Amino acid sequence: MQPYIKHTSIAALMDRSNVDTDQIIPKNFMKKVERTGFGINLFHNWRFLADNITPNPEFELNKPAFQGAKILVAGENFGCGSSREHAPWAIADYGFNTIISTSFADIFFSNCFKNSILPIVVTDEQLAALMAEIAGNEGVEFTVDLEAQKVTTPGGLSISFEVDAFRKESLLEGLDDIAWTLKHEKEISAYEVEHKKRLPWLWPSA
Amino acid sequence: MTRTMYEKIWDANLVHEPEAGSPLLFVDRHLMHEVTSPQAFEGLRLQNRKVRNVHSILGTIDHCVPTKDRFNIVDVIAKKQVETMTANCEENEINLYGMDSNQNGVIHIVVPEHGFVHPGMVVCCGDSHTATHGAFGALAFGIGTSEVEHVMATQTLQQKKAKTMLVKVEGKLPAFSTAKDIALAIIAKTGTAGGTGYVMEFAGNTITDLTMEGRMTLCNMAIEAGARAGLVAPDQVTFDYLEGKEFAPKGDHWPAAVEYWKSLSSDEGAEFDAVIELKAEDIAPQVSWGTSPEQVISVTGVVPSPSDFTNEVKSQACASALKYMALDAGQKMTDIHIDVVFIGSCTNGRIEDFRAAAELLKGKKVADGVQAFAVPGSFPVKDQAEKEGIDKIFIDAGWEWRDPGCSMCLAMNGDELKDGQRSASTSNRNFEGRQGKGGRTHLVSPAMAAAASVAGHFVDIRDWK
Repeated sequence: MQPYIKHTSIAALMDRSNVDTDQIIPKNFMKKVERTGFGINLFHNWRFLADNITPNPEFELNKPAFQGAKILVAGENFGCGSSREHAPWAIADYGFNTIISTSFADIFFSNCFKNSILPIVVTDEQLAALMAEIAGNEGVEFTVDLEAQKVTTPGGLSISFEVDAFRKESLLEGLDDIAWTLKHEKEISAYEVEHKKRLPWLWPSA
Repeated sequence: MTRTMYEKIWDANLVHEPEAGSPLLFVDRHLMHEVTSPQAFEGLRLQNRKVRNVHSILGTIDHCVPTKDRFNIVDVIAKKQVETMTANCEENEINLYGMDSNQNGVIHIVVPEHGFVHPGMVVCCGDSHTATHGAFGALAFGIGTSEVEHVMATQTLQQKKAKTMLVKVEGKLPAFSTAKDIALAIIAKTGTAGGTGYVMEFAGNTITDLTMEGRMTLCNMAIEAGARAGLVAPDQVTFDYLEGKEFAPKGDHWPAAVEYWKSLSSDEGAEFDAVIELKAEDIAPQVSWGTSPEQVISVTGVVPSPSDFTNEVKSQACASALKYMALDAGQKMTDIHIDVVFIGSCTNGRIEDFRAAAELLKGKKVADGVQAFAVPGSFPVKDQAEKEGIDKIFIDAGWEWRDPGCSMCLAMNGDELKDGQRSASTSNRNFEGRQGKGGRTHLVSPAMAAAASVAGHFVDIRDWK
């Protein structure tokens, strides 16, 4: 996994709540067996007109000022719906590595961390202030410092955010989750021995 | 110290809780389908890792399967996904109810049919509707593909403990109200984010009166309330359902298992982080009007107006939903005309669902201009329905009787709404474009869907002839 490093990038504004995974990546693009190349399909149904090719000029992320944005600022309950990791794959492939909202759906939230994406939870007031700053100055760049757990803006906002210590470390160092867990191989094996004794009918030899 | 059922399952499955890092939770059962697993197998291969406990996995192919002419998958990318699933399961000796199996069907329908999930288990799948299996008193939840790979390699998940919510429903349901209506009424109350961070336990005599099929429908939709999982305490209904099934404990193991399962219910006086209560009497048949499962109302109601919501976000969401759904505030729900009716999905694709719909379809005909199709959740459901003559009732009424699959629940297999078409659907999500780009979905129970197919619009089935 790519380590997450401090950056200053364009913040794109998506003033919508309950953005669901069917919007982030519609199901017709989930048939591929690879992890890569989903960025082109991100928000497809909103992003393109009926011909499926022409960019929809009314869709916010198509604004020239938001091109190259790495930070997405969106309304509450972002990522609700299905467990499809294709959603964060598409978001990362498109170029975002940070999403700021007041709340995220559980599965989507944890999928982000597996893909070098930092989901940042802020308060209603903080979100409104961030959105207002983008709306008044489209193309504005925010600075995200995961180490310091802080988002700062040219307009003078300085927002501290919470992040689970282990997830923070994993993002900063680009850790392999499976390798970390397998360091506890001894504990897993011991658990399995006890599990077999307690619930023998769940094991093939029983 | 008293514990909730969630806490008991958590404690029993906790492998290790290091001082720094994440708790590791043991996974008893891992369910799999073709859409969210190929990249996980590829990841294992690249790292030269093996599947740790092959016996813990059961797979199906369901999302991409055509419901007519099922072996003819026209979309080459979908075909490759199906072939990849088959090859991955073969290579790893994973038990797969594949395209050729007479047990094939939607993963969350097939798994219970074989008694693969038991009370007290931790169950996961790269699919948010894994919540279904909470009906058995198992902690069952959806995971992403990276986690699918993690479970295959380690048999564990890095997990954070959730909060607990008790959802208590007491009383007798009105005629024709079902588990689906309970689920929708709960989501209307909590909102789609109301359950975020929680595991919901459904309790009360309305819940214990439900069949296993009903409990599965209810738990299935816990995710639509944002909850990671739903739970129902195992009882005699659960044990009777499981006894004798292929993967159920046998011989001396059976009484030992039942004794363990009986110990799993939340202790008297166990504390929940949140409690909500509903009266069953208040739950009339529900119909969704918007583009989120929380945008739902009784069939007797009218389409709300943005000004009905004091919360600005909900008010805006209402305005944008009305625009997408092409509905007017104040319009009676029973005046909404539909083009397509779909009965099926992991929410409502079980035998009980087709029986309920058939009751209403007997001797009736689908309205002019309405396309209606029934997609049993699995071949065993289809076979059982045909044994009971249910297929004939559907066909005589002008319905198409299809082969199993996820079908138009998420419309990956070619069954989809055309731009602007409106459906009455027994599935679980009414998101924009879910059933086809520009398609407009109304979520309902199977009986409500059946009646709508005949009337051509929604009806209050309680006084419908």
